Amino acid sequence: MDIYGLLMLIYVFVLAIFVGFELITKVPPTLHTPLMSGSNAISGITVIGALLSAGAGELTISTILGIVAIVFAMINVVGGFLVTDRMLKMFKKK
Amino acid sequence: MEIVSYLVYLIASICFIFGIKKLSSPKTARQGNQLAALGMLLAIIVTLFDQRVLTFEYIILGLVLGSLIGAVFALKVQMTGMPQMVGLLNGFGGGASVLVGFAEYDRIFVTPTIMFDEPTTISIVLSLLIGSITFTGSLIAFGKLQGIVTGKVVKYPLQHPLNALLLVAVFAAGVFVVVQPYEIEIIIGIIGVSLLLGVLLVLPIGGADMPVAISLLNSYSGLAASMTGFVLNNKMLIIAGALVGASGIILTIIMCKGMNRSLMNVVMGGWASAGAEGPAADSKAHKGTAKAIDSEELAMLLDSVSSVVIVPGYGMAVGQAQHAVRDLMNVLEKKNIKVRFAIHPVAGRMPGHMNVLLAEAQVPYDKLLAMEDINDDFPNTDVVIVIGANDVVNPAARHDQSSPIYGMPILNVDYAKTVVINKRSLNVGYAGIDNELFFYPNSLMYFGDSKEAMSKLVNEIKAL
Repeated sequence: MDIYGLLMLIYVFVLAIFVGFELITKVPPTLHTPLMSGSNAISGITVIGALLSAGAGELTISTILGIVAIVFAMINVVGGFLVTDRMLKMFKKK
Repeated sequence: MEIVSYLVYLIASICFIFGIKKLSSPKTARQGNQLAALGMLLAIIVTLFDQRVLTFEYIILGLVLGSLIGAVFALKVQMTGMPQMVGLLNGFGGGASVLVGFAEYDRIFVTPTIMFDEPTTISIVLSLLIGSITFTGSLIAFGKLQGIVTGKVVKYPLQHPLNALLLVAVFAAGVFVVVQPYEIEIIIGIIGVSLLLGVLLVLPIGGADMPVAISLLNSYSGLAASMTGFVLNNKMLIIAGALVGASGIILTIIMCKGMNRSLMNVVMGGWASAGAEGPAADSKAHKGTAKAIDSEELAMLLDSVSSVVIVPGYGMAVGQAQHAVRDLMNVLEKKNIKVRFAIHPVAGRMPGHMNVLLAEAQVPYDKLLAMEDINDDFPNTDVVIVIGANDVVNPAARHDQSSPIYGMPILNVDYAKTVVINKRSLNVGYAGIDNELFFYPNSLMYFGDSKEAMSKLVNEIKAL
């Protein structure tokens, strides 16, 4: 990656933070716990990196770490989305 | 194929953004969460077709194993245990970032045809630092919430200088490896010190400050994912991570405001002097006498009123009293009494903790009012029932400049005609200070375990 590639990524990062701020300030306090667990699940997106590391062919340190990372990230992803769904199912108006 | 995966990653990013957008209302929230999950699924599937992925056996094994463990966690956890659950999941997310960061370092390290460049090395160092702090910090937070690690404010000698020194050391080592990227020992050292930092930073934080700590760690787990995106030059990871990072930061700010404290103050470890002394129950500072009321008298009192506000706190979660509280709401409503709930932003151990518990007990969410929406209504309220909350209803926060919680926004329950406080004893709350509310002329103490006390009260009201 050269410096311009890095700058491009920083652009994306900064703009996404602004989008995040705009979206999340509109989430009502009553949904703050599901917001945390749901956004938590999204942070399991690292699984993409883990897949790329783990699938690189022969078994090396980096592929083994990648496999462990897949397990970690999937716990995060599946656990997070499922528990959020469980919670949101319960929120009912009268 | 590469074009296809780029486009699918873009679609996944859009799913995440719209998913969070739909969380702005309880009506669409569930759909939003499913949309985000769909985005994740798309991203995973298209990655499996990536040409860099050559072998599948172990990948499938990892995917299945992780999914199973995650599913068991999600389906088994009790709603009262939600803060721990979020803490633990955070930890796994952070751990995954460290592993991917190091795996990528190792791949470049052993492949003679690829070289380290500065942006990549910087990104690797940052993902290792943030990911490691998130990992061990979240595990400690989990331990504290689960009761494995003490929930008290932990002090250790030279706390602040030590942490500052370690942080400076990590940054110095980071600068060093950017110049000398093949020094793998330094990289391992950075991971080790960062893991230690996670422990040292969260250990001093007391139980009632956990809403801040959990929110902050949530933010870190997102930032760690973003850093992994920088390492892999993947914009979807950066976007998803940034959304989570922003979410955690906003929640952290809301929690800090709810306690009228700066983030620095919380991270440095509690209401410095007061919290550390532990329960000061034996401090004979109880001035005046608190009037007690039993369930029968309370039932009679409630029989003649027209409006009741219930203020739940962490004690309700500990006592698993949410269902008994729901029963109380039902019997009161049967008598045409208006029942509402007042939720302080930092009630419980994580943002929105009380709301989830009451939702579980099938209390309609439109009966739950935020502090700013209910505070003006207390003077027109006949009876307030405080269940397992303490510092968030302490009037000292309004007028006693010497109080450690002075300036903290509170629920003005003392303005109501009568305040009934359900507690096990007259013990102090988390801040370690007496609550003068208990000795107010319009206050009545209803002693007992929250669940038992509420069930008893419900039976007495039914018996009237």
